[in-house]
Amino acid sequence: MSTTALATPIRVNTAGVHARPGLGRLVAVELRKMVDTRAGFWIQVAMVALTVVVVVVRLLVGDAADHTFRPVVDAGLQPAAILLPVLGILLVTSEWTQRTALITFTLVPVRSRVLGAKLIASLLSAVTMLAISVAIVAAGVLVSSPGVEGAWSDAAPLIGQSAVYLTAGMVIGVAWGAILRASAPAIVLLFALPTASMALVSLPVFAGVGPWVDNAHALGQMTAEVMSATQWAHAATSLTLWMVLPLLIGAWRVTRGEVTA
Amino acid sequence: MIQANGLTKQLGGRTVVSDVTFRCEPGTVTGFLGPNGAGKTTTMRMLVGLSEPDSGEARILGARYRDLPNPGRRVGILLDASAQHTGRRGREALVVSAHTMGVPAQRVDELLELVGLDETAARRRVGKYSLGMRQRLGLAHALLGDPEVLILDEPANGLDPEGMRWMRGLLRGFADRGGTVLLSSHLLAEVEAVADRMIIIAGGRVQAQGTRAELLTESTTIVEADDLAGLDAALRRAGLATHPADGDRRLVEAEPEAVARAAMVDGVVLLRLAPAEGAGLERLFFELTA
Repeated sequence: MSTTALATPIRVNTAGVHARPGLGRLVAVELRKMVDTRAGFWIQVAMVALTVVVVVVRLLVGDAADHTFRPVVDAGLQPAAILLPVLGILLVTSEWTQRTALITFTLVPVRSRVLGAKLIASLLSAVTMLAISVAIVAAGVLVSSPGVEGAWSDAAPLIGQSAVYLTAGMVIGVAWGAILRASAPAIVLLFALPTASMALVSLPVFAGVGPWVDNAHALGQMTAEVMSATQWAHAATSLTLWMVLPLLIGAWRVTRGEVTA
Repeated sequence: MIQANGLTKQLGGRTVVSDVTFRCEPGTVTGFLGPNGAGKTTTMRMLVGLSEPDSGEARILGARYRDLPNPGRRVGILLDASAQHTGRRGREALVVSAHTMGVPAQRVDELLELVGLDETAARRRVGKYSLGMRQRLGLAHALLGDPEVLILDEPANGLDPEGMRWMRGLLRGFADRGGTVLLSSHLLAEVEAVADRMIIIAGGRVQAQGTRAELLTESTTIVEADDLAGLDAALRRAGLATHPADGDRRLVEAEPEAVARAAMVDGVVLLRLAPAEGAGLERLFFELTA
C-alpha cells in the first residue's frame, strides 16, 4: 500500500465549523444510510419488484369486474407493508450491530436528534413507497379494466388510509429496533407479536377488548375498506399500545445510558 | 486541549476507571499507555460522551464534549477501526460522516489519498478491508472534519512498520501545527517515538505521567565487553544490578560512569558503553503495569 507524504491539511469551510448540523441535514444523512448498504438497497428493490409481481398476479386472476382499485391496492400494498418495518428496524439496529453508533453519536452527541432524524427519514421513505405502490396499482387498474364502472371508487380515502397503514408500520419497526438494538430479534418480534396478541385476545376472557388492542386487525382493514369512526377508534387505541408506547420505550433506551456498540 | 478531572467509572460492579486526571496541551502528542483492560478505552469513551462518568468530568477545548455544537469539526475520533458498516463502501463511509458535519465531499478524496487508500480500495466494501486498511480509513475519518484535537484508541493496531512510521509522521506534523493528540496503546514501542508526554495507566488508575525525562528518574546503561565473565564479576563486586541483554550485552541499573569505574577496577576492556533510556522506560512500564 502506498503512503503519501504528509501535505498540510487544507483548512476548509471554517464558517461551518461551529454550526450545529441542522435536522434537515441529519434526515438527508439517514435517508442516504437506507440505500448505501447492500441490505437497505436490496430491500427497497425487492419492495418495488414484489409490488409489481403481486399487482400483476392479482390482475391475472378473476374477472375484469374484480380489477377495481380497491381490491388491487389491498393486495399491492402488502409487500411494502411487510418490508418497510424491516427497513425501519435495520435503520436503527445497524448502528449497533455494525457498531456505527460510535461514529454517529460522537458526530451528533444529542442522541434524540439522531433518533428524530431516523424517524423523519423513515416516514419520508414510507410515503415515497406509498406513492410508488399506488402508482403501480393505478397503472395496473388502468391497463386491465379501463371501462369498468366504479374502478376508482373510494380511491382517495383508501390512499389516505394506506398512508397511515404504511407509516405506522414503519414507525413500529423503528420503535422495536430502538428497543432491541438487534436485527434478528426485532424482526422476529415484529411478525410474532401481532400473531401472539391475536391469539391472546381471541380468548373468551378478552372478548370485547380484542378490537381495541389487536393491531394486526386494526391496520389490516385500512387497505380493505373505508373505515368507520369506530374502526378509527380501534386503530387509535391499538396503535397507542403497539406504536406509541414502544417508540417511547425505544427513545428512552437510545437516549439514556452508555452507548454500548 | 483535553482535560480529565477525577474521572471514575464503574461497570458491572467493578471500578474500571478510578480518579483519572490528566491534561493534554495544544502542540503535544500524549501517549496513553497501559495493558489491555487497564481502562484506556473507557476513559476515552468518557472524554467523548459515549459513557457518562460516575464522578469527575471531562472537557475538550474548554467545554463538555456534548456541548460542542459540531464536534466532528473540532475533535477527530478513532475509537475502533472495526466500527464501520461492513456493507458500506470505504469512500461512502467517509461521505456519510462528511455530510453529517458539513464537510465538502472533495475533502473525502483528499483524505483517502492522504491515508493511502487508492480508488480501488475506496470502492470496496469495508467488510473486505484488512485491519490495516480499516485503521487507515479510521484515521481518514478522524481527520475529516479538520479538527484541532485527535483522540485515537490503539490507532497503530494492524498497521505494518511502514504504516506505523507514516502515522507517527502524520501525528507529529499535526501536533507541530498546534493540534492536540491523545493516542492510546498497549505497546510502549508504538508511542514512545512520537509522544511528548506519557500517561501510564493500569488497573484503572494513572500510575505515572510526565515527559520522558520526568518518567526516567533512574537511568540505566548498556555495556559490552570482550571479557563478559570478567565484566559480570566486576559489576557484582561493585554491587550494581545487572541484567542480560541481547547480543552478549549487559543492562546495568546505574549511570555509565559508575559502570566504567567498576570495569576499570578489574581492568575489563569495554567495547561499548551507552545510556539505555529506552530499555529503562520499558522496564518502568512493566513495573508500573505488572
